Amino acid sequence: MPEITFRQAIHDALVEEMRRDSSVFLIGEDIGTYGGAFGVTAGILDEFGRDRVWETPISEETIVGSAVGAAIVGMKPIAEIMFMDFLTLVLDPLANQAAKVRYMFGGKATVPMVVRMPSGSGTGAAAHHSQSLETILMHIPGLKVVAPSTPYDAKGLLLSAIRDPNPVCFVEHKLLYKTKGEVPNGEYTIPLGVADIKREGTDLTIVTSEIMVHKSLSAAEDVSKEGISVEILDPRTLLPLDVDTITNSVMKTGRLLVVHEAVKTAGWAGEIMASVSESPAWDYLDAPMRRLTGKDVPIPYNRFLERAAVPQEEDIVREIQAIVSNQY
Amino acid sequence: MGSNKINAAYDNEETTDARKKAAELGLTNEDLVSMYEVMVEIRHFEEMATTLYGLGKVHGTMHLSIGQEAVAAGAGFTLQDKDYLINHHRGHGHFIASGADVNKMMAEFLGKETGFCHGRGGSMHIADVTANNLGAQGIVAAQIAMAPGVGIAIKMRKTDQVALVIFGDGAANRGVFLESLNMSSIWDLPVVYLCENNHYGMSAEVGRVSGKVPFKDRAEALGIPGYFIDGNDVLAVYEFMKNAFSHARSGSGPVFVETETYRILGHSKSDRNLYRTKDEINQWKEKDPIIRFRDLLLEADIITVKQVDEIEKKMAKVIEDAVEFAENSPEPNIEDVMEWVYA
Ligand SMILES: Cc1ncc(C[n+]2csc(CCOP(=O)(O)OP(=O)(O)O)c2C)c(N)n1
Repeated sequence: MPEITFRQAIHDALVEEMRRDSSVFLIGEDIGTYGGAFGVTAGILDEFGRDRVWETPISEETIVGSAVGAAIVGMKPIAEIMFMDFLTLVLDPLANQAAKVRYMFGGKATVPMVVRMPSGSGTGAAAHHSQSLETILMHIPGLKVVAPSTPYDAKGLLLSAIRDPNPVCFVEHKLLYKTKGEVPNGEYTIPLGVADIKREGTDLTIVTSEIMVHKSLSAAEDVSKEGISVEILDPRTLLPLDVDTITNSVMKTGRLLVVHEAVKTAGWAGEIMASVSESPAWDYLDAPMRRLTGKDVPIPYNRFLERAAVPQEEDIVREIQAIVSNQY
Repeated sequence: MGSNKINAAYDNEETTDARKKAAELGLTNEDLVSMYEVMVEIRHFEEMATTLYGLGKVHGTMHLSIGQEAVAAGAGFTLQDKDYLINHHRGHGHFIASGADVNKMMAEFLGKETGFCHGRGGSMHIADVTANNLGAQGIVAAQIAMAPGVGIAIKMRKTDQVALVIFGDGAANRGVFLESLNMSSIWDLPVVYLCENNHYGMSAEVGRVSGKVPFKDRAEALGIPGYFIDGNDVLAVYEFMKNAFSHARSGSGPVFVETETYRILGHSKSDRNLYRTKDEINQWKEKDPIIRFRDLLLEADIITVKQVDEIEKKMAKVIEDAVEFAENSPEPNIEDVMEWVYA
């Protein structure tokens, strides 16, 4: 299988679906010649023209509002919000409109749209360009939230997201764009709402997503030398959550650690732990469930502080060791 | 339908005689020279920023204002210490022109503890709230939304301060632009809106993404006096800003000044300049505001070639010293990462 970058995988999914379905179009800032802030849409304007690539002014609320409008009347818009931090600017069209229209109108409307949003820290972009705000989206019934960690998942999930009849928020951690992975030629899709086991193990389950999957995989490799066997589970879709796969894994390993970059308080780790605690998996736990998350702090600019604000591989290693040696 | 180029007449008359203009504006020769110095200082700061970036010393992004120094200098000269400055992401020049300590700016740029924000904010968020410098914005146009609040505070306390809010052409297309101007207008708030129209918001050419330019028309539509001026003519900027400040300070309400200038460098370090031609950039390099002002000062015998050289050296040294200060400064303590989340 060819290896491509995460960026390329998303790009390819966009292009393939635009070729397949003429109702799919892109809308966002600097998505034409510039190719988007992270180069994902490079070249798409050349192939499809301005009729399919709507390059907007700096007008986030109306970018997403327009996507909602177009979706209700049968188009399939893919909006790009340059940084997930600007989610705060588009919450009305997303949370009050996109998410609620179908229900409010008695099931008579659908809102098939995708909002892509680069997330996360690690680039020195400081407090306004580094946040992981997935949990805000997960709190809104009617939305779906997808957060891939590999090129393979990104492409398959994005195709499903575009074809889904619901509004889907597609979260792309910036540090993943340059990462590479195998992606088959030809079409495939990955259903939304299905988790994936990224590494099998027997002693501890780590539920994690996006860039933290990679940090957790490295940590798991490290501790395997000490004989600790870690299972890594990537939900891939945060809403709806694949609770069964998570509880099954916990029943197998008896221990749970949730790792995410987003801040701790009211983060989605709490949701995972609550789901486990109200399931039969509760009886299988050999240790308290733990979470390792971003600190409850805005992302600082200084590179050392920035690193300290979110979990690193060595933190994950320490946490795994502490859990399996019954330190909690 | 968006037009392709800004095609409007300036409200200012071109400065051709520095002495005459200075006399009209009540500026001394020393004032003119220090205005020039500030412009040179900003240029050196921005060039040094590029150098440091190239050396891998900067972890993060930056937005430089090379070619736009006249806007910063003209506005900064008008701003009094008591006034509030509400800045945007391309803000180095405005801070320098408002008298900010370049050592602390450089330290912030390098993320050091001695920086204005103790390394927490970086290039895009330099602020010095105790000196009425309310900081630079990472969220385009967020500062425009805050400005009426600063105006309300001034009005409630009955002081003679002014809030100066700075933003680009790109920001003028966000919805809060309308809301902010309208509120300042209905309440006659002491807010001066300075729109730094440098032709692009990232890759978006202003005409392509704006139904109508200049933006001062939008201000006028909301009952705010609006002016469109040559932003590369520092004395014109000073003149219009001075009048705008007097208007706002006297309780007559907001003013909108739009300055046409040009962003010579890319938007940020990731910009490959694919959306504009080298020719266009070169045409604007010809209109370099620093060279233009220098030539006016030379022509009027306000400055000598020797002085020009000396200023160049002096400002290079100021910036080199700032780098030395920053590089010798400590990194923040990692244990302090949680400090300042709450008061
Ligand atoms: C709300 C928001 N949207 C988009 C961005 C990304 N962005 C940062 S600066 C910029 C261009 C701003 O253009 P303008 O206001 O004209 O200022 P300039 O950069 O030209 O000085 C964009 C799109 C942002 N930071 N905030």
